[in-house]
Amino acid sequence: MDNTILEEAVKIDVGYVAELARLELTDDEKALFQSQLDGIVGYVEKISEVDVDGVEPMMHGHALVNVFREDEVRPSMDREAALANAPARTGDEFLLPKIVEGAES
Amino acid sequence: MELFELGICEAREGLAKGEFSAEDLVRSVANRVREKNGEIGAYVTFDEEAALALAKENPKGVPIAVKDLINVKGQPCTCGSKILQGYTSPYDATVISNMKKAGFIPAGRVNMDEFAMGSSTENSALLTTRNPYDTGRVPGGSSGGSAAAVGGDLSIAALGTDTGGSIRQPASFCNCVGVKPSYGRVSRYGVTAFASSLDQVGPMAKCVDDAAVLLSALAGRDPSDGTTPDIPVPDYLKCLEGASLKGVKIGLPKEYSSVEGLDPEVKRITAEAVKRCEDAGAEIVEVSLPHSGYAMAVYYIIAPAEASANLARFDGVRYGHRSKEAKDVYSLYVKSRAEGFGPEVKRRIIMGTYVLSSGYYDAYYSRAQKVRTLIRRDFDAAFSKVDAILTPCAPTPAFRLGEVQDPLTMYLNDLFTIPSSLAGVCAASVPAGFTADGKLPVGVQFICGAFAEEKLLSICKAFENLTGKGRDLAGKARR
Repeated sequence: MDNTILEEAVKIDVGYVAELARLELTDDEKALFQSQLDGIVGYVEKISEVDVDGVEPMMHGHALVNVFREDEVRPSMDREAALANAPARTGDEFLLPKIVEGAES
Repeated sequence: MELFELGICEAREGLAKGEFSAEDLVRSVANRVREKNGEIGAYVTFDEEAALALAKENPKGVPIAVKDLINVKGQPCTCGSKILQGYTSPYDATVISNMKKAGFIPAGRVNMDEFAMGSSTENSALLTTRNPYDTGRVPGGSSGGSAAAVGGDLSIAALGTDTGGSIRQPASFCNCVGVKPSYGRVSRYGVTAFASSLDQVGPMAKCVDDAAVLLSALAGRDPSDGTTPDIPVPDYLKCLEGASLKGVKIGLPKEYSSVEGLDPEVKRITAEAVKRCEDAGAEIVEVSLPHSGYAMAVYYIIAPAEASANLARFDGVRYGHRSKEAKDVYSLYVKSRAEGFGPEVKRRIIMGTYVLSSGYYDAYYSRAQKVRTLIRRDFDAAFSKVDAILTPCAPTPAFRLGEVQDPLTMYLNDLFTIPSSLAGVCAASVPAGFTADGKLPVGVQFICGAFAEEKLLSICKAFENLTGKGRDLAGKARR
């Protein structure tokens, strides 16, 4: 799959992708983003012209490899500080609506 | 001269002589903010008490405005978003602890495009920031609050962040020096991530000396950020002594000689900058960045992809906005994010999720990373021939508020700044002149190789010596 080139103009399915991204969109937003993102996707497709045969991907800002540190215990943020911005909490925990069917919420 | 008009080095001189204290400086800046921020909108918040408390501890300290995505313990950190309203930082970012150690005081939180996505600061969900040189115009972005604060003398200097041009373009619009360090030169720990392989914190200042002093304070290895290599940080200010352009080879990318949409005033000012360098003994050489025409496309794949992953943390669970409409965990995610994020952030999350999604990953994300390698190689080849590359910073001077509506048109603002961001090299915008009507500042961009900040700053300093500081250039335009 080194030189995958999209054969035809692909249309982004904004409603579906927004769901993947856990974003609820209004119908107006969907329509607006659909036309804008069609334009943006159309624009970025120009990279398919470039010959990238045998080129290594650049994954990061520079080529640092094997960054190690000693595996030692260091102080971390205390519980109160970590919970201070919680939208809802119970005791020492973040409070959420129930996740498992039938469980106590 | 009022204290708030001073730059870092000037303020330090006065502090050293005992002419005034850090508290006097903070009070002067705070008064200026009270007087002018209603008009300019540079700051989201200015906690005078907190800054004064730090000034008491650090009587020779210089206050620095902080872009509102860098965590300062006990301060808000909105990232220009509704999703983080009410959030209080539980810790200091490494750049903040480094800055404090070096005698600086974080003072005030400055506005930005939401999560640093934008080129005009119009994407802030909180307030409108105006260009101090023409309040009908944008300050640039995404570090528009930083630039407006520095350019409008509402701060001594400021911290910005740059992912694809977010320090340099607003610096150009607001008559500041703005430095985007090489990727890895400055720690990102505690800086809300936009695109992790591109983000860098950098100084925005009134002159090159000030930017150098602030960069020395920010830079260096941080155990909390594995992408910061252990490369010694020189005293960048010392590197500027005897700065000269004599014999310096400056490259002009031939691909930029016929860019569409380049404002004639920007063209004129850039040409004058080239001439000035040449007259000062620099050797002007044509270079080629053959893949620069693809840089925008690569950036608008890679940056949204990384952003979509980074912004997944805003889910209404541990901090930030939680929807009151949520009935279960799924609706908590989708509604909290829908209510909290603004349109540009949503667009980029969708774009990023799309290019990473099954079936499209290879065609977009993986391929973009390979073209990024080619862009990096273009710069390597250019820097085997020249010391620095000189380009316009932004294609136009500051545009009017509301003038640019189409996202893709807005993205074109970063045409000249994105390639160097992708390559991970260092670059800076330096004031170069004003439009013919004398109203709007325009900067030029110098680019040097990775971890060549000494050379970059020295070239900027020599250029500033020839051209004058932003303050000198502004003349009558200065408000």
